[in-house]
Amino acid sequence: MAGIGSACLFAGLLTAVYAAGASLYGVRAGNAAFVISGRRAIYCLAALMLGATAVLQSAFLRSDFSYALVAEGSSTDTPTFYKVTAMWATQDGSLLLWALLLSLFASAVLFLTRRSLRGIAPYATAVLAIVAGFFLLLMVGWENPFGTLANPPAEGGGLNPLLRHPAMMIHPPMLYTGYVGFSIPFAFAVGALITRNTGADWIRATRRFALVAWTFLGTGIMLGALWSYTELGWGGYWAWDPVENASLMPWLVGTAFLHSIMVQEKRGMLKIWNVCLIIATFVLALLGTFLVRSGILDSIHAFGASTIGVQFLVFIALVVVGSTALVISRLPYLRSEARLDSLLSREAFFLLNNLVLVALCLVIFWGTFFPLISEAVTGTEASVGPPWFNRLTTPLALVLVLLMAIGPVVSWRRISPAGLLRAFMWPVLGALLTLLVALALTPAGERPLALLMSCFAALVLAVVVQEFWRGASARRTISGDPWPRALSRLVARNRRRYGGYIAHAGIVVLFLGVAGSSAFLEQRDVRLSPGDTFKSGGYDITYERATATLGEDRAGSGAPITFGAVLRARDEDGKTFTLRPSRNFYPTQDASKGAIGRFFEGEATSEVDVRWGLRRDLWTAIRPDISALEGPIREANAKFGNSSGDVQALVIAALAERYRRDPAPATFRAIVSPLVSWIWIGGGIVLLGALIAAWPSPEARLRRVRSLYSARLGRDLRAEPS
Amino acid sequence: MDPSRKRTLRLVVALGAALILAGALIYTSFSASTEASTPSQVVASAEPGRSYELTGKVARQSVARDDDRLRFVIRDRDGKAAVPVSYEGVVPDPFREGREVIVSGEMKNGTFVAERDSLVTKCPSKFTKEQTVNRGT
Repeated sequence: MAGIGSACLFAGLLTAVYAAGASLYGVRAGNAAFVISGRRAIYCLAALMLGATAVLQSAFLRSDFSYALVAEGSSTDTPTFYKVTAMWATQDGSLLLWALLLSLFASAVLFLTRRSLRGIAPYATAVLAIVAGFFLLLMVGWENPFGTLANPPAEGGGLNPLLRHPAMMIHPPMLYTGYVGFSIPFAFAVGALITRNTGADWIRATRRFALVAWTFLGTGIMLGALWSYTELGWGGYWAWDPVENASLMPWLVGTAFLHSIMVQEKRGMLKIWNVCLIIATFVLALLGTFLVRSGILDSIHAFGASTIGVQFLVFIALVVVGSTALVISRLPYLRSEARLDSLLSREAFFLLNNLVLVALCLVIFWGTFFPLISEAVTGTEASVGPPWFNRLTTPLALVLVLLMAIGPVVSWRRISPAGLLRAFMWPVLGALLTLLVALALTPAGERPLALLMSCFAALVLAVVVQEFWRGASARRTISGDPWPRALSRLVARNRRRYGGYIAHAGIVVLFLGVAGSSAFLEQRDVRLSPGDTFKSGGYDITYERATATLGEDRAGSGAPITFGAVLRARDEDGKTFTLRPSRNFYPTQDASKGAIGRFFEGEATSEVDVRWGLRRDLWTAIRPDISALEGPIREANAKFGNSSGDVQALVIAALAERYRRDPAPATFRAIVSPLVSWIWIGGGIVLLGALIAAWPSPEARLRRVRSLYSARLGRDLRAEPS
Repeated sequence: MDPSRKRTLRLVVALGAALILAGALIYTSFSASTEASTPSQVVASAEPGRSYELTGKVARQSVARDDDRLRFVIRDRDGKAAVPVSYEGVVPDPFREGREVIVSGEMKNGTFVAERDSLVTKCPSKFTKEQTVNRGT
């Protein structure tokens, strides 16, 4: 079976090479048959990648340990859900996932544009085929996911327990979908440059792909944050880790791209800027994949020291040099069709927002690569920590939110001072009111930055509400519809605009959550024995009793032993509730720990328990102290090392029971963080807005049908003998 | 003002802002950075008050709890020098004796006093090819 997988990869490589060659030859020689053949080769590539993935997945499901990948990352006792997803926990598997997603996306976009963009599409096909070919070459040449073992082990290593979290398993495909999705607009931008067709056609054809990619990438980042918050046991959602930064950078530049293409569509400006942005986004997406996999920067994510770092760097360098040369050679064709009339115009604010987003990305880039920079400059490797990132990004984020409030209501070309006043009177009043309420009712006054953020956020929300209100009341005046109908029709008719507003609202809700939770977080680390009580952020928390369970891990991650605690928390109003933080213990395959000891001395992961709330979260984690069991475990290793599995299970149960009856003081961490739920809610709102904006509108469908019809008409006319 | 002068002015303002940002970036990053070092470097030449990012292996049989503080010893990879560390805060799940860790802090009276929550554990050995090979060491 593994042979079939490898064959799929090899055939895929040949297909990609053929697709690139055929499209290029076809468009150069004006031979439409080759162009069509090149496009169909991409469909064929998608089928081959699906085949390869199916082979690998079936190996994971059957726990066929003759596959090196399966033996490494899965085991018979890994739950089925995690067997399916173990593929992308490994380097080779995630390369295959990249290639699969790329071929599927490319097929979709090439199918949708098969009757339009005759000039650009063949070049885009070639670019996509080359990118896919690179990933296939990596797999065929260095990291074959279908590598086999001559002596398959009886049991696999199992999936890293830290990765056994539902969010973690959806997070990589989401991120990859985002990364891969941005290669579509990149490919079409390159096609547009090569053919000197630098109007807005390539943007119209691919902007929905860019939006979908942006949505997936953003969702992936949010899921990563959620995983960090609920699984990593430190209680934060963002740590400015190199790999987190690597996913944020293309997202930021992609956000800038989504905004600035509107300027090109409406006013024919910012053409150079747009192609640069999409090139930068794609390169950063490649860099993101490279950072996760190369381990060049120290990171908790560096799950594998890589063998393919050099190849990646060479490819990235080729993409950068090639695209830059192409842009420079096409500069004469990228002239603006219009000039900026006034700084008080929408295009000026789009430009400002772009500059702030790119500046944010630059700051993050500098901080992420600082260890390399400092080593090159001073000779010693040094790094900057989260405080540095926070200090530099906070002011930029504030400016960004302020621009978000102003941009949408400023008209194209220019706005008069009277118009500005009309647009901002109500929102500014709303923001001032928020300021007063926040000062009077909350402790926000102690943190000026958080206070400023909440004022700006109120401004943005007021602007969004005002836009909806004005649009809907205009519809009501024209059509006489009742409010709900007027609103829904307003959104349905202008999905992109109002979806965008909803996304804005979501982003500021998210920022409010970040501001609240980072400015007013209260954290306590304490060591407690059963019966002890401590205070944290207005809660009285009592450690009631210890727990020890076998095979009953709540999260379904397959951990055999779980030690935990029952905590009773009481808030200011006297309301009580129970929290059950625990810690899962996974057996190690290390024989030196003994037959019994290996169950206690393997990996362990925190299973935190969170009381979610709109106002604040109470987050708890436990680190039980099982050192008192060391003596008995040694004894048990000696006595029951060769006993049957049933006896050993009884011994383990007895040891666990011993801990439950007489636990040593355990270490607890309790975090009370206000508004942290708003981060997830805000993320959900952004997702909703993005879906509304990306959903095909009836008008667009109509346009497509018309263009198909006219294309057919044109063909028929040409086919007619003259 | 005539339009071309206005544009020049805008360009100058934009470039000025970019330069200020770049300056801030460079200045703050070099002044706020922590130096990465190994135990032998810290032992040989640690300046008091300077913060370091210490990388090395947690020595066997060295981990002890002292109330809320965690005490352990970090060794060079080749085992030449060792530094005692005093740490407070959350301990990452994969933290074990014999594993490679990174921790930030400064030297005080021969002990490396770590910043709260700065402990990072490098990848769990079980899941990487390279370290599977090295497990015997």
